[in-house]
Amino acid sequence: MGSLTPGTRLKSAVCTTEIMVITAPPEDIEITCGGEPMSRGADADGPSVHRDHAEGSVIGKRYTNEDGSLEVLCVKAGEGSLWAGGAAMKIKDATKLPKTD
Amino acid sequence: MNIMMLLEMAVAGYGDRVAFVDAEAQQSITYQGLFDAAQNAASDLRTSQASRFAILDVSNLAVPIGLFASSWAGMPYVPISYRLTDDEIDGLVERVRPAYLVTDEDHIEHFHTDSIVRWHSRNEFLTLARNGSANGAEPWSMDGDDTAALLFTSGTTGVPKAAVLRQKHLVSYILGSVDFMSADTSETALICVPPYHVAGIAAVLSSVYSGRRAVQLANFTPEAWIELARAEEVTTAFVVPTMLRRIVEALEHEHHAQMPHLQSLSYGGGKMPLPVIERAMALFPDTDFTNAYGLTETSSTITVLGPDAHRGAAASEDRAGRRRLASVGVPLPGIEIEIRDDEGRVLGPREHGEIYVRGEQVSGEYEGIGKLTDDEGWFPTRDGGFLDNEGYLFLEGRADDVIVRGGENMSPGEIEDVMMTHDAVSDVAIVGVPDEEWGEAVVGVVVLKHDATVESLQQWVRDRMRSSRVPEWLEFWDELPYNETGKLLRREVRARLTESTSGNG
Repeated sequence: MGSLTPGTRLKSAVCTTEIMVITAPPEDIEITCGGEPMSRGADADGPSVHRDHAEGSVIGKRYTNEDGSLEVLCVKAGEGSLWAGGAAMKIKDATKLPKTD
Repeated sequence: MNIMMLLEMAVAGYGDRVAFVDAEAQQSITYQGLFDAAQNAASDLRTSQASRFAILDVSNLAVPIGLFASSWAGMPYVPISYRLTDDEIDGLVERVRPAYLVTDEDHIEHFHTDSIVRWHSRNEFLTLARNGSANGAEPWSMDGDDTAALLFTSGTTGVPKAAVLRQKHLVSYILGSVDFMSADTSETALICVPPYHVAGIAAVLSSVYSGRRAVQLANFTPEAWIELARAEEVTTAFVVPTMLRRIVEALEHEHHAQMPHLQSLSYGGGKMPLPVIERAMALFPDTDFTNAYGLTETSSTITVLGPDAHRGAAASEDRAGRRRLASVGVPLPGIEIEIRDDEGRVLGPREHGEIYVRGEQVSGEYEGIGKLTDDEGWFPTRDGGFLDNEGYLFLEGRADDVIVRGGENMSPGEIEDVMMTHDAVSDVAIVGVPDEEWGEAVVGVVVLKHDATVESLQQWVRDRMRSSRVPEWLEFWDELPYNETGKLLRREVRARLTESTSGNG
C-alpha cells in the first residue's frame, strides 16, 4: 500500500467505501475494507465483501485503530467494514461543539 | 486534503438540499448545483493562464462557487475588500498577478491593469459556471500543502499582509469543529460577514459540511439583518461585535427580539463589550450564544465560550462568575493555548502575557515573509491575555495597543470595560498619546447615549481602578472608527487625539 500520509485517499476493493487518512502512524499498517486491502487505485472490482467484514462504513464518520495512531475519515459509504492492523476500527465519538459560524 | 472533498461528501450526503441563497438577487443553488458549477468554473480557471483567483464582491453565489472552483483548479482563492480605495485595490491585485478576477458590475470598468489575465462580471461568471457542461474535469489535487486561500489581513496597523491558508489548515478546521451532516433540513444560516474575512470562508465551509441552507446578506444593516432573520426563519448566525451592538440598539424598543427560530447566535472578530452581550441575551432569551475567538492566521475559530457557559455566567450571583462572560472560552479540540511573557517563558493561570497557539489548523504564514511559528509549531498571536484557573481564556487587546505610562503597562481594554458600565456610555476607545512627563498619557474618546461630563466619567474610573488608569482627558465623538468587520481602528483614534494634543498647545 505504500506509506500513508495525511490526505492519502484509499478505495475499497470490494465495495463503494472510500476513506481519507487524517493521521497515520510512522510504521506501515494495512487497512482493509470488507476484508480486502484498500488501495489508491481504481474502483472496486475485487471479490465480494467478506461475511464477517460486512458491517458497513458511514460517510462523515472518523474511524481510529486501537491505540489511536491511525485516524481516517470515511468520504464515501459502502458495505464493507474498516479494519486496520488486523482489528476492526472504531467510530470516533464526535465532540459536541456549539456552532461557531 | 482539499476542501473540494468536503463538497463532494455533501453531494453524496444531501446533494438535492439548497446550499446557498442570495437574498438580494433571490437566486439559490443546491449542493449538487454548487459542485457542478465549481467544476465548470474550474475548467475556465484552468484555461486562463492565471495563477490566482481573485474576487472583489459582496456575498453572493459567485463566492462559494469561486472558493470551491479555485480549490478544484489548484489556484489560491483571494477575496479582496470592496471597501478599499481604487489605489489600494490596484495594489493588492498587483500582488496576486497573474489573476483571474470576478467582480461586480460597478467595478468591472475600473480594471485595465495587465495584472489580470481574465476577468468576468459576477453575472458572466455565474452564467458560465451554472450553464457550462465540463463533465469529467481533471480531478483536484489532494496535496494538503497546496495554498487554498490568500487573505489580506485587515491592516489596522500598517500595510496588509497576505496570510497563507493551505488546504490542510482549512480541512483540519472543519473536521475539528463541525460534524458532517449535523444539520437537519430546517436549519438556515445567515451569512453577513463579507467574503474577504476569514469568518466568511469559515461560514461557507461549515455550512457545506453540516448541510445547512445558508442565506447570504450582501450589505449589513441591522434592519436588513433583522428582517432577513425573520423572513427566512434563520436558525443560526454569526456576527461581529459591532453588528450585534447595532442589532441590539435597533431592537431596544422591543422587549423581545421576535425571532423564535434563532437557535444559535455566535459572535467574534473583536472585543465584545459586556453590556452589549448582556442586553443581547435578555432580548434573545431562548437563543444559544457562543463566543468564537480566532484569527485569520489560525483558519478562524480557536476557542469557544459555549451556550452553557454564557447562561451560567449570566445567572451567577458573584462578580467573578459574571466575569466569565467576558472570556472567549476554551480551546477547540486539537488546539493548544499558552500564555508567554516577553522572554518567551510560559506563564501560569492568571498571569498576563501574549497568547500563543498551536494546532493543525494554524498556519501562521504570510506570503513573502514566511512562517512565524516557532520550531515546535507555536504561533504568537500578538494578542494579550491570560487563562483563569479553569483554562478559560481572556483577551486583553493587541500587544501593540498596550499603553506604557511611567513604566507601567496597561491594556486599554480594562479601562474601556469599566467605562462601558457607565450608563451614559454607548462606546469608548482608550489609547495612549505621547506625553513628555509619562512617556504616554491615557486619553480617550466616548460616544454618549445621553449627557455626561468628562469629570463624572473620570470619577467613575477613579472609583473603580488605580488612579494611573484615569483618562487625563476625554473627547466626545458621534461614533468611533471601525473597519467594516468590526475592528476598532485605534491607529486612527490615536492619530486624531495626538493631533488634538498638539493643537491644544
